[in-house]
Amino acid sequence: MKSELLRFQDWTDPVRPVEREVVSMTEETDAKLPPLLFVPGLGHGAWAFAEHWLPATAARGFPAHALTPRPGGDLRAHAHDVVQVAASLPRQAVLVGHGAGALVVAYAMGRYPARAAVLAAPVMDGWPALGAALRANPFGTLPAIFGGRLRLNRKQLFGPGLPEERATAILDRLDARPRRELVTHAPAPRPAGDPPVLVVGSPDDRVVPRKSLDRTATRYGGAPLLFPGMGHDLPLDVAWAEPIEAILDWLGKELGH
Amino acid sequence: MPDTPDIADRRDAVCVIGAGASGLAAIKNLREHGFEVDCYERETSVGGAWNWRHDRSPVYAGTHLISSRPLTEFPDFPMPDTWPDYPDHRQVLSYLERYSRHFDLERDVWFGTQVVSVVPVGDGRWDVTTQSTGGGSSRVQRYAGVVVANGHNWAPLKPKIPGDFSGQLIHSAKFKDPAQLRKRKVLVIGGGNTGCDIAVEAAQQASTVWHSTRRGYWYAPKYVLGRPADQVNDRMLKLGLPLRLRQWLYRRALGLTTGDLTRYGVPEPDHRPYESHPIVNSQLPYYLGHGRITPVPDVTSLDGSFAVLADGRRIEPELVITATGYRPRFEFLAPELLDIGEDGRPDLHLHAFARQHPTLAVVGLVQADFGLFPLAHWQSVAVARWLRLRVTDPERATAVQQKESTRPLASWSRRRVVPTPRHWFEVDHTDYLRAVEGLLREMEPRP
Ligand SMILES: Cc1cc2nc3c(=O)[nH]c(=O)nc-3n(C[C@H](O)[C@H](O)[C@H](O)COP(=O)(O)OP(=O)(O)OC[C@H]3O[C@@H](n4cnc5c(N)ncnc54)[C@H](O)[C@@H]3O)c2cc1C
Ligand SMILES: NC(=O)c1ccc[n+]([C@@H]2O[C@H](COP(=O)([O-])OP(=O)(O)OC[C@H]3O[C@@H](n4cnc5c(N)ncnc54)[C@H](OP(=O)(O)O)[C@@H]3O)[C@@H](O)[C@H]2O)c1
Repeated sequence: MKSELLRFQDWTDPVRPVEREVVSMTEETDAKLPPLLFVPGLGHGAWAFAEHWLPATAARGFPAHALTPRPGGDLRAHAHDVVQVAASLPRQAVLVGHGAGALVVAYAMGRYPARAAVLAAPVMDGWPALGAALRANPFGTLPAIFGGRLRLNRKQLFGPGLPEERATAILDRLDARPRRELVTHAPAPRPAGDPPVLVVGSPDDRVVPRKSLDRTATRYGGAPLLFPGMGHDLPLDVAWAEPIEAILDWLGKELGH
Repeated sequence: MPDTPDIADRRDAVCVIGAGASGLAAIKNLREHGFEVDCYERETSVGGAWNWRHDRSPVYAGTHLISSRPLTEFPDFPMPDTWPDYPDHRQVLSYLERYSRHFDLERDVWFGTQVVSVVPVGDGRWDVTTQSTGGGSSRVQRYAGVVVANGHNWAPLKPKIPGDFSGQLIHSAKFKDPAQLRKRKVLVIGGGNTGCDIAVEAAQQASTVWHSTRRGYWYAPKYVLGRPADQVNDRMLKLGLPLRLRQWLYRRALGLTTGDLTRYGVPEPDHRPYESHPIVNSQLPYYLGHGRITPVPDVTSLDGSFAVLADGRRIEPELVITATGYRPRFEFLAPELLDIGEDGRPDLHLHAFARQHPTLAVVGLVQADFGLFPLAHWQSVAVARWLRLRVTDPERATAVQQKESTRPLASWSRRRVVPTPRHWFEVDHTDYLRAVEGLLREMEPRP
C-alpha cells in the first residue's frame, strides 16, 4: 500500500514557484465568512469565473477568488497552485472546481483541509469523459489525443438558450490542451480533514456523462445536484445563476447560517 | 488560604497544553475529529519557541531552520513556495501565526494561562488546574482527555562545571543578539546546533572564539549536490539505499568538500554518520578553516578568570556560553503518569501515548532528522483518531491497544545513536512515520 505519510516527492522534488494569476472580489464581503476559491477547467482561466460566479459570490458576502493554474503545468503543479493560493487566504477556504478544475480541486483536497468543496461538472474519470467527447465532437477531440489542441464545440459546453454570438465569443477564447494525465491519472487522494463535498452537474452535459457524475457524488458521500438543460460550462451558460446560488445556499447550510 | 474553586465539567472536551506548533496542530486535528478543545498557553501569543518575544524562547536573532522548507512545513498547510529553502525564525513565527489564524485556532486558546496541575479522576477523565500567568486565582476544569504540547526546548540544561568564574557565564537560552558577543573573548560549550550556530556568530563578532565539544561530530552542510542536504538524504531513503551505503556516501560527500576536520584540532567523531542528532552547519568548517574558531576539548573547571580544559590548557574568556541543551519538564503531572523514570525521561508509546492512561498524550516530544511540525501533525492526528475511536467503538479501541503493545520498539525508536542523555527521543523520520501510519490504519474509520 502506498504511504500517505511518507511524501518523498513533496519533500525531495518540490514544485517550483511561479507567478500565479488570481482574480479577487472581496469588497464589501464579510471577512468572517470563508473565502471561495474557484478553479477553472480545461481551456478556461480565472476570467471564466470573473464573468458571473465571482460577483454573485461576493454579492452574498463571501470573499471570492479565482485562480488560473499555471499554463503547461501537470496535475501535481496545478494542485500545488491551488493549495498555495488557498493557504495564503486569511481563512480556511472553500474550493470550487469546474470541469477538469474539479479534478485539480480533488487532488488539492489531499494536501489542504478545505472548509468545504464543490465539484462542478467534474471531469474525474478520464475514460468516460474521453468517450463522451469522442461521441459528441469527434473531430474536435481527436487531435487532442495526439497532443494537439482540444476544440470544444457549442453543443458540449452550452444549452440551447445561450445566444450564438456569445457562445462563439467564449469558444474563441478557449485554449484547451489536455494532458494525457487527464485520462491516466491515479484516483484522487483522500481529502484532508474530511470536508463536506457537493457535486453539481447537468444531466445534459455532453462532457461529463450522468453515470460519471453519480459515481463522483457517491465517492464523496452524496448525490449530485442537477441543473437540467445546462451544458457543461455551468459558470458561463445562460442559466449560470442557478448553480452558483444553489452552491451558496448549500454552503450557508453547511456553515450553519 | 488556598483556593477551593468549583470544578467545571467540560464533558467531552479535550484540554491541550501549549499553543506552540505542536499545540496548534493538536487543536486543529482534534477539532477535525469533532472534539471541543480548550487550549491553555502561559504566554500571550502563539508560536512557542519560535516567538522570540517570549521570555523562554530558545531562539536567537540569527536562527534559521536547519530542516529545509518542504521537510518542515505542516503536510496540510504549506509555507509559501516563494520562501527560501531555510526560512528564518521570523518567517517561521509568521507561518505559525498564519496557520493559527487560517484555521481560527485562537478561538479556543486561553492566553496568559498556565496549567499548574493535571490529575486523573478515574474513568479516563482529568482535572486540570489553571492559573493566570501573573498569579491570581486558580480554576479547575474536568476534561475527557489531555494533550500535552508544552515543548521541550525551554528549560535550560545547565552543566555543573566545578569552580568559580569571574567573567560572564550564561546558558544559550539567554543568548539573543550578536551584540552580546561583539569584540569579546568568547567560549562556547556544546556541539549541538545551538552551540555551532553561536560559535559561527561569534566568529563574525567576537575577538576570540573557543568552541568546546566533548566529542567529535559530523557537521552536515546545508547543501549538497546543488540541493538542500536533507532533500538529498530523503532521495536516498526513497531509493531505499541501506544505511551503510548512505554512511559511506555521507563520508564521501564531506571528504569532497570540507574534508577531515581533525586537521584543525577537532576531535574525530566517536560515532558513524547518522548516529547522532544531525548538526547542520555549513559555516562551522569554514570558520575553522579561517582560524576564527579554535576548537578546544571539554572544560573541566572554572578558576577565576580562567577555564581549565581537559588537556590541561587554561584559557581566559570574558564570556562563557553553555549551549548544552534543554530538558523536558512536566511539572504539572505526577511523574508516574508519563512513566517518567529516574533519568527524567517519559516512557511513552511512540513517544506520544501514556502507557497506563489512554486519554493522556504528549505531542512534539521527539527529535528527528526532519522538521518537527509534520511529526507533531501526524502525532496529533493519531491522538485525535484514537480518542475518537475510544468513544465510538470501545471494543475496537481495546483491540488496537493490544495490537499496538506488540509493536516492536526498534521499529520506531532509533537505537543506533551515541548513548548520551539527549538522544533518548531521537527517531528516524521514515521509520517513525511508518509506525504512526500503521497505527492510523488500524484506527481507520469504517464506512
Ligand atoms: C534554536 C532552535 C532552532 C530550532 N530549529 C528547528 C528547525 O530547524 N526545524 C524544526 O523542525 N525544529 C526546530 N527546532 C525545534 C523546535 O522546538 C520546534 O520546531 C517547535 O518549536 C516545537 O514546538 P512545540 O509546540 O512542541 O513546543 P514549543 O514551541 O516550546 O511550545 C510549547 C508551548 O507551551 C507553552 N507551555 C509550556 N508549559 C505550559 C504550561 N504549564 N501551561 C501553559 N502553557 C505552557 C509554552 O509557553 C509554549 O508556547 C528548533 C529549536 C531551537 C531551540
Ligand atoms: N534550526 C536551527 O538552526 C537550530 C539551532 C539550534 C538548535 N536547534 C534544535 O534545538 C534543539 C536543541 O539544540 P541544542 O543545540 O540547544 O541542544 P542539544 O542538541 O541538546 O546539544 C547539546 C550539546 O551540548 C553538549 N553537552 C550537554 N551537556 C554537556 C555538559 N555537561 N558538558 C559539555 N557538553 C555538554 C552535548 O554533547 P553530547 O553530544 O555529548 O550530548 C551537545 O553537544 C535540537 O533539536 C536542535 O536541532 C536547531
